[in-house]
Amino acid sequence: MRITCPLCGARDHREFTYKGAALPVPALDSGVAEWDAHVHLRENPAGPHEELWQHAMGCGAWLKVRRNTVSHEILAVELAQDAGLVIKEDRS
Amino acid sequence: MGFSGKFSGWRVLKEGLTGNKGWTAHWRDPEPKREYDVVIVGGGGHGLATAYYLAKEHGLRNIAVLEKGYIGGGNVGRNTTIVRANYYLPGNSEFYSHSLKLWEGMEQDLNYNAMMSQRGILNVFHNDGQRDAAVRRANSIINQGDDAEILYRDQLKKLVPFLNYDNNRFPIMGALLQRRAGTARHDAVAWGFARGADQYGVDLIQNCEVTGIDVEGGKVTGVQTARGPIKAKKVALAAAGRSGQVAAMAGLTLPIESHVLQAFVSEGLKPVIDHVITFAAGHLYISQSDKGGLVFGGNLDFYSSYAARGNLPTQEHVMEAITAMVPAVTKARLLRSWGGIMDMTPDGSPIIDTTPIDGLYLNAGWCYGGFKATPASGDCFAHLIATGRPHEAATRFKLDRFRSGYGLMDEEGTGAQHNLH
Repeated sequence: MRITCPLCGARDHREFTYKGAALPVPALDSGVAEWDAHVHLRENPAGPHEELWQHAMGCGAWLKVRRNTVSHEILAVELAQDAGLVIKEDRS
Repeated sequence: MGFSGKFSGWRVLKEGLTGNKGWTAHWRDPEPKREYDVVIVGGGGHGLATAYYLAKEHGLRNIAVLEKGYIGGGNVGRNTTIVRANYYLPGNSEFYSHSLKLWEGMEQDLNYNAMMSQRGILNVFHNDGQRDAAVRRANSIINQGDDAEILYRDQLKKLVPFLNYDNNRFPIMGALLQRRAGTARHDAVAWGFARGADQYGVDLIQNCEVTGIDVEGGKVTGVQTARGPIKAKKVALAAAGRSGQVAAMAGLTLPIESHVLQAFVSEGLKPVIDHVITFAAGHLYISQSDKGGLVFGGNLDFYSSYAARGNLPTQEHVMEAITAMVPAVTKARLLRSWGGIMDMTPDGSPIIDTTPIDGLYLNAGWCYGGFKATPASGDCFAHLIATGRPHEAATRFKLDRFRSGYGLMDEEGTGAQHNLH
C-alpha cells in the first residue's frame, strides 16, 4: 500500500502507523456506553473504511484515510484536523 | 453408537488388499431441514467441534452447522497448526490447559488421524528481562498443571544446534520449552470433527451462507440463508474473521476489528527443524510440516483487512527474523504465502458468551490463536449453549469485559485497545 500524505506526497505504508477506525471523539462527560462504543465497539466493515493513520516516520500528521478493507485500495486521504476529528496525542 | 466405517489399522490392510473400494465419504451432504434445535453459523474448526460436543456431551441431535464455503476451507485450513498451553493469565491459562488435554485424547475420541505431533515448542529468549519473563511464565504454566522447562544456552544447543546463538544483536540465552505442545494437521482436525458430528446425526450444510438472523421480541427464531430460511431454537455464531458482520445481522456491534495475519511455507526440505521454535527479538514462529515445508509466520500487518492477503513489510520482517535466528534455512525458497482474517478483540483474548438476544450465543475474537483452542472452544461453547452456564474452563471469556474493564486478559500487557495486539 502507498498512502498519499497531503503534506508529503505518496509514501510507502511503512512510514505510517495505523490507529483504527476514525470515530468522532465523545464529549468528555459522556457516559460509559458512549465511551465503550468509542473505545471498543467497531462496525468493522468489509469494504470502504474510514480510519486514522499517522505519518509517524514522515511529517507526523494524523490522517483520515478512506481505504477499502477488501482490496486495500486507498480511496481518499485528508488531514484529520480538516476532517474535524479531535486528536490528542498522549505524550506520557 | 455402532458407527459404521470405523478407521483402524486392520481396515487399512483390508482396503489395501481389496482395491480400496470400501472407503466412503466421511460425512453426508444433507439438504437443510426447516427447523433445528441448534443452528451453528460457521463450519470451521470451532463450529464443527461445538456441534460434535453438543451431540457427544449433551445428547443433542437436531443440530445443523451452516458453512458459507466448504468444510476446511476457512481459517481452520489456513493457520500454522500450532497447539500449546503456555498462556499466563487466569482465564486463558485454564482454558488452554483444558484444550491441550482434549488435543491429547482427540484422535482416539474421534477415531481420526489428525497427525497430532507433540514435538514441543521452544520460545527462545535473548536477554535477562526476557529470561525472567520466561521463568515467570514457566512457573505459571506449572501451576496450571502443565509442563514447562527452562533450557539455558548449553542445554538448548544440544537440542537445536542450528540456531544462531551468537547473533550480535540477538544472541540466544535459552528457551522456554513445553514438551507437550506441538502441531496437528489442521485439515484433518476439521475433517475429524466434521465426521464425528455427522456420525451423531448433525447436518453439515455447505455452500450455505447465512444472510440474516431472525429476532422476534428479543429472542432468536432462526436464520435466513442462501438455501432458504431455517428456524432454530438457538443460534450459535462461530464465524471467525467475519464475526462482526454475522453479529450485525442480529443488530449487535462487537468489540472486534478484523485484521490480516500472514503465513508462509517454504519448498519441501529434509527434516531440519524438529520443534516449533519462536523468536523473541522480532516476531517469528517456525516449524516443519511432515511434507518437509517450513511453516512460519509473524505478526499481524496491523491494519484492518478482509483481504486474506497481506503486504510486503510484514513479509520482510518475518524473513529477516528467520535470517537472524535460523540462518541455515535462509537458502530455502519460499513456496507460497497467504493471509487469514482474524477477529481482533481489544485485549487479544476471545469471547465465548451469551448475547443480549435470547437464544443467540457468541464464539468470537480468537485473534491469532484460534487453532490451538479448537477442541476446548467447541467443548466450552457447547456447554454454554446446552446448559446456559459457562464451562468452568471458560468463565472469563465475557463479552462485556471491555465495557466494565473487569477481567481483561491482556497477555502482552500493552493495554486493551484495538491497535495494540
